[in-house]
Amino acid sequence: MRGLILSDDHTTDTMEDGAPPIAQLPLDAWHRARGARMVPFAGYQMPIQYTGEGGGIVAEHEWTRTSAGLFDVSHMGQVLLSGEGLDEAVEAILPIDLSTLKLGRQRYSLLLDENGGVLDDLMVSRWPGNLYLVVNGATKWDDIGHLREHLPDAITLHHMDEHALLALQGPKAVDALARHATGEYSLADLTFMRFGRFEIAGHVVTIARAGYTGEDGFEISIPAEAAEEIATLLCAEPEVRPIGLGARDSLRLEAGLPLYGHDLSPEISPIEAGLIFGINKRRRSEGGFLGAERVQRELADGPPRKRIGLKLDGRMPAREGAKVFAGDQEIGVVTSGGFSPTLGAPIAMAYIDPAHAGEGQTLEIEVRSKRLSATVSPMPFVPHNYYRGS
Amino acid sequence: MPRYFTDEHEWIDVEGETATVGITDYAQEQLGDIVFVELPDVGATVDKGGEAAVVESVKAASDVYAPITGEVTETNSSLEDEPALVNTSPEEEGWFFRLTISDTGELEGLMDDKGYKTFVDSL
Repeated sequence: MRGLILSDDHTTDTMEDGAPPIAQLPLDAWHRARGARMVPFAGYQMPIQYTGEGGGIVAEHEWTRTSAGLFDVSHMGQVLLSGEGLDEAVEAILPIDLSTLKLGRQRYSLLLDENGGVLDDLMVSRWPGNLYLVVNGATKWDDIGHLREHLPDAITLHHMDEHALLALQGPKAVDALARHATGEYSLADLTFMRFGRFEIAGHVVTIARAGYTGEDGFEISIPAEAAEEIATLLCAEPEVRPIGLGARDSLRLEAGLPLYGHDLSPEISPIEAGLIFGINKRRRSEGGFLGAERVQRELADGPPRKRIGLKLDGRMPAREGAKVFAGDQEIGVVTSGGFSPTLGAPIAMAYIDPAHAGEGQTLEIEVRSKRLSATVSPMPFVPHNYYRGS
Repeated sequence: MPRYFTDEHEWIDVEGETATVGITDYAQEQLGDIVFVELPDVGATVDKGGEAAVVESVKAASDVYAPITGEVTETNSSLEDEPALVNTSPEEEGWFFRLTISDTGELEGLMDDKGYKTFVDSL
């Protein structure tokens, strides 16, 4: 059999052309000591799953949905922007409304090219005097180049590569974290998409209530030298187990969240992707950001294709690249697909002709020259469980 | 009943003129949770080294190759309802299909138990 090595590295192709070799993240040895199976991902050795008790993609997935999982996402890029005229300079690039982004708040945004294609999706947070960005790992070097090219010289860009990033996700994440995080206010005051400064084991950390699983949870930016200590501390809590990239992917798919390089690319616009919420209202009408022309045109006329969710009949999953049909007519392509452990059935995301995108519409997906029946389904496939305050 | 192994991690049990094929414990361990197995049609002819089945884990689809040439005589219908049998009992209950042996010469060059173990240890 072939395809045994579980690698999900869409950057492999580009890495063959003289890109940097596979690097190690601060928790590399920590993962290996816990039985992680490491694979190249985004230019780093990353844990795809763990072995032994509680290990395996489905077990890790279910553990995160019912308890709490610790994900090492240190491959992602953490970038700090500062300088005179910062908001104005950033609004010229991102379709974000910074006039309404208050201190301690985080917002989802998009890095678009001149043609309105998605270069990356990212989080933007207002720190005192700074904007803090978290971008995807595979795209971070291009993002930094793009930002540097388009930002005026007065703006300083600092790549926080001396920091690691941990995500603690799941309904019991708050219980585990509350035993270690101390700060000016309690974690209960930290609602979805807010962040603050805390201390864990004497280290100054930044905690945002956000994530990529659809569950309540946190993203914790920590000094790289404290990564092993903090990861060990959190995993010593009974609610917490380390979780690999495999479950991260199945969790985000169930949550209906797009994955850059698969469901998002420079060929795709944010309107096609259904990410209109990543373009703040004022900016939709005013424009004045890179790619605004296409965004405004597709807002007015409708996009030529649309990202949708599909639930498949039977048990056979459809994977990225599978063609979608309405009768004999090819109407789109699957961009992410897999088996949902929560639903016990295959699910997929696809880009299709909007004429066939109505909920409940029955379509077919071609897999190895067989046609699988699938139904257009609302996303998320599994309801989000965000904490918006009691 | 002799059992042979391929370097693609299939096993094959030979019993008279027919053989049973599955994937090894090492293979299922590498694949992780198996959610679907696509088996060949009974009556189909499979060629040595050619695609014969597909095993889908949560993460990815992997091809399973025929260790020898032959005609498929039976498939393991238990895998339809319980594909996880490949994880829990890969080298017994989780077998994939049975086929006729058209050329016993094709069994030469496959590994025996000991040879396969040495091969896996070298990976």
